[in-house]
Amino acid sequence: MLDIRRIPIAALIGIVLTTLFVLAAVFAPWIAPHGNAEIVSDVPWEPMSSVHWLGTDNLGRDLLSRMIYGARITLFIAVLATALSFSLGAILGFSAAVFGGWFDTILSRLVDLLMSIPTLIMGLVVLSVLPSNLVTLILVMGILDSTRVYRLSRAVAVDINVMDYVEAAKLRGEGSGWIIFREILPNALSPLVSELGLRFIYAVLFLSTLSFLGLGVQPPDADWGGMVKENKDGIVFGIPAALIPAAAIAALAISVNLVADWVLNRTTSLKGGRG
Amino acid sequence: MSAPIVKLVAQRIALGILLLLAVSVLIFAGTQILPGDVAQAILGQSATPESLANLREQLGLNQPAYIRYFHWLGGVLTGDLGTAMSSGQDIATSIKERLWNTLFLAFWAAIVAIPLAVTLGLIAVRYRNGWVDKLISGVALASTSFPEFFIGYLLVFYFAVQHQWFPAISTVYEGMSFGERLQAIALPAAALTLVVLAHMMRMTRAAILNVMQSAYVETAELKGLSAFAVIRKHAFPNAIAPIINVVMLNLAYLVVGVVVVEVIFVYPGMGQYLVDHVTKRDVPVVQAVGLIFAAVYISLNIIADIAAIVANPRLRHPK
Amino acid sequence: MADNKAKSGQAKSGRLLDIRNLRIEATVYPPGEPPRTITLVHDVSLTLEKGKVLGLIGESGAGKSTIGLSSMGYGRGGVRITGGEVILNGRDILKGGKEGLRKLRGREVCYVAQSAAAAFNPAHRLMDQVVEATLLHGTATRAEAEKRAVALFKKLSLPNPETIGERFPHQVSGGQLQRVMTAMALCSEPDLIVFDEPTTALDVTTQIDVLAAIKDAIRDTHVAALYITHDLAVVAQVSDEIVVLRHGRLVEWGGTRQIIKEPRQEYTNALVSVHEIEHQEQQPGTAPMLSVKNVTAAYGGGHVKVLKNVSVDIFPGQTLAVVGESGSGKSTLARAITGLLPPEQGSVVFDGRTLGNRLADRPKEDLRQLQMIYQMADVAMNPRQTVGTIIGRPLEFYFGMRGRERDKRVAELLDEIEMGKGFIDRYPAELSGGQKQRVCIARSLAAKPKLIICDEVTSALDPLVAHGILKLLLNLQQVEKVAYLFITHDLATVKSIADSIAVMYRGEVVRYGSKSKVLTPPFDAYTDLLLSSVPEMEIGWLEKAIAGRRMESAGN
Repeated sequence: MLDIRRIPIAALIGIVLTTLFVLAAVFAPWIAPHGNAEIVSDVPWEPMSSVHWLGTDNLGRDLLSRMIYGARITLFIAVLATALSFSLGAILGFSAAVFGGWFDTILSRLVDLLMSIPTLIMGLVVLSVLPSNLVTLILVMGILDSTRVYRLSRAVAVDINVMDYVEAAKLRGEGSGWIIFREILPNALSPLVSELGLRFIYAVLFLSTLSFLGLGVQPPDADWGGMVKENKDGIVFGIPAALIPAAAIAALAISVNLVADWVLNRTTSLKGGRG
Repeated sequence: MSAPIVKLVAQRIALGILLLLAVSVLIFAGTQILPGDVAQAILGQSATPESLANLREQLGLNQPAYIRYFHWLGGVLTGDLGTAMSSGQDIATSIKERLWNTLFLAFWAAIVAIPLAVTLGLIAVRYRNGWVDKLISGVALASTSFPEFFIGYLLVFYFAVQHQWFPAISTVYEGMSFGERLQAIALPAAALTLVVLAHMMRMTRAAILNVMQSAYVETAELKGLSAFAVIRKHAFPNAIAPIINVVMLNLAYLVVGVVVVEVIFVYPGMGQYLVDHVTKRDVPVVQAVGLIFAAVYISLNIIADIAAIVANPRLRHPK
Repeated sequence: MADNKAKSGQAKSGRLLDIRNLRIEATVYPPGEPPRTITLVHDVSLTLEKGKVLGLIGESGAGKSTIGLSSMGYGRGGVRITGGEVILNGRDILKGGKEGLRKLRGREVCYVAQSAAAAFNPAHRLMDQVVEATLLHGTATRAEAEKRAVALFKKLSLPNPETIGERFPHQVSGGQLQRVMTAMALCSEPDLIVFDEPTTALDVTTQIDVLAAIKDAIRDTHVAALYITHDLAVVAQVSDEIVVLRHGRLVEWGGTRQIIKEPRQEYTNALVSVHEIEHQEQQPGTAPMLSVKNVTAAYGGGHVKVLKNVSVDIFPGQTLAVVGESGSGKSTLARAITGLLPPEQGSVVFDGRTLGNRLADRPKEDLRQLQMIYQMADVAMNPRQTVGTIIGRPLEFYFGMRGRERDKRVAELLDEIEMGKGFIDRYPAELSGGQKQRVCIARSLAAKPKLIICDEVTSALDPLVAHGILKLLLNLQQVEKVAYLFITHDLATVKSIADSIAVMYRGEVVRYGSKSKVLTPPFDAYTDLLLSSVPEMEIGWLEKAIAGRRMESAGN
């Protein structure tokens, strides 16, 4: 049973913050005091006040509202990209480990090739010709990142696949279904779950970077990275508006990291965990 | 140097060259064969059929892809990177100075980051599980979660806006003195250092810990060697290869960080050049710069592998 | 503790090491629970005279290595000495501080580890490591130290004693490295050497040479030694006295002869008589149940031949033991029989029909008849399945049993392996080593097989636990009429349970027949070597064995 008092304080902070971010994203239209594109002020970069808690942005829009809607876009894209990279990478990685042979060889070489180019560079190269829309963005992020999931899940599955208990199941005559889902998967779960957290963080950072460079989410919509770009010119005038979305990205990444860390420690120490 | 090492190193280099060729195919294919039509992408939806056809002709898009690839590759190998579509300038000429700028920036970031990371890693190992170790690990964990621009703008906000010690925008021009140049790149170099520091330090710590937990370190302790002598004579010779490996991998990581940092500080380097031309959808420039980035990245990885091979006593002194 | 009093009456001048009421603790961090302190060694006292050898014996967790290392003031991995005194050469070393400990380590006390291969630094030449402690403590010049080292290499009968020091650790075999490590310990001419299972990782035929070399070196240099091992027969060869330890407590302490001939404590007696299992050899029947016919098998696409033309028969309800050292191909034989490694040539005939070469070609019924038990029980069971699932799965899979019928059968099987019903919901990690192996036995029995392949099933277990497993296997054979193919490197095990024996060497069967025939002279050269290398619990066995071997090589 999960006992709240036994959750370490760091993980608790992580869980609370992550939950807050998710709630903000889900209920954005009900929480946000103003609309996403609604211009509420004639002057750009109004300072923080009781009316506009975080001030206004470069076009005089309410920054808090933009942040809440930004959470929605950021999380939405990052979640979908992570889901894509994870399902693609894990399924292919597991299959490669269990089936081996040419299937494994071809996939593994292809992944080596993709990974020999830094993800950001490859992303920029591809985005220079693809249309800028959300579907492209999610596909590019998901596919490029699935290489890392593939490597990990293949390595984990290969390790487990040579264990004596898997050999015992093969000697018994079990089919690949039982071997993948009943013998390998339960034992691969804890490294994969913690990897899920890391991949999500990476997706958030990658998306923010692309948007910051002007190649991600296109205006008037903006994720947090895009908001940094919108407000970055204020920095030299001493206006910290750009730092707020940047800090939000960092806070999200850290809280997910804390949760992932705790999940990894907890699941490996379960009864009979690996290692 | 013995025969097996030479062979292994040669193999690794050959593999690297092969990989580079494959990467050139991938980059070319990524920009040419993907569903987006380059000509359409350049001219936008409102283009007339005639202007599209003209541009296709001009870009050689009517030839089969593999011929265009070999044409491009031949050019790259002879130093001809083509001309930029947006400006009509020769890419190789534009790149030369920018590449130098980028290397200058990355060099100073590495000069600061490597010794700092290794020292911090050693400190963390020396006081492992103590509060110093936990503090270093905690800060490292946090800073790997920071996007590069957060670190960059925090530096700008504090050092350039509030205190005005360094310029917020790193302009460099010809005829600048060395000192001026250094002052101009101080902030971007610091940002880059922070970007790679945490990762490099964590990996160094892990590499040294791994060696410190081996049986031969215990043997050395049981001979009565002092803690310092144990590290110097027994741990260090075995930890050096993994550390070099860590350093090289992180320098490769620095290559990526440089793109964002250059944009933050409007620094005239390769990264900014690439981002600019991705926005302009200037395919020849993107291909050329992408290939150069990939080449640097792959070379650093090869050096990391070679360092590991050369430092392995089993390979250096075969049976 | 009558022994203790008798000892303290002896002359003080001859006493080298005096451990008094030693208490050693460690902090463990169980997941999800607050850390707690456990006591590894409970108030143990012992003494060692100059030039004598004291054997420390016990099963895993007895605290023998921990006590051995305490003589150097060293606690491995967070282990702390929290009470008592360690008096070496008349002073309490625990009060000497870090500096004092560093001065005695490598000078007064040296250490020989179980795995020399890991204990040598891969980056330095052997000679540099051998003389390092001597130079560090300044007891000799480099030239003197190297001369001394070469002399020690000669004494320890290392090949090329003049040049072996120029090599790197990975260029020297395991048995030789163990001797180099002994030379390293002797080089600084210490008063005491701690030998921590120095021959455990070696094959039997190598072990005897290393053991003899160590014994000679101890005798000639008059160094005292703490000899730590779990093998009573080994320690009986080298020790003057033996201390028996269990769960960090001293059980019995006496002269070697007294301990092995007249043990006073029940636990010591159990350790001494552990190999004695009565087993009446059965005569081979007329029709073998499983025949391996001229099987040749190789790894790496035919490049490394590991089985060469092997033929053996197993009769219903009987045990064939396959003995050999590492690399003899005995485990590969099991893989060829089960179909995991399809043979290149030859065939396996079971119940009159030829089995498919590949696992995938075999029908379920054939798979059911042939079951396997592994050496490492902890990795042979899925850590995420309960005992009930582990034993129940073959019942579901082969017989379609479900629900209560299955649970009833699982309970019966747990009874058969002498474990209660309470274990059905446990996970493997909650079982002891012996219990894990029992669950693996139950899993194979659940399939109602005709043959069970046992691959080194007792070699990872402590002797007493292994003894229990062997007895269980013999009982089950009586009840279930199952045949065993028993793969082992341990000849004592073979004598206890086999009906027939195949001796393997470098992929070939060099001797094969009924147990009485195989174990009766005249022997072929390899079987002779193997048999004469197995330590016997008898004082003076080592000298006899070595003398016998010298005579033979002189005769050749």
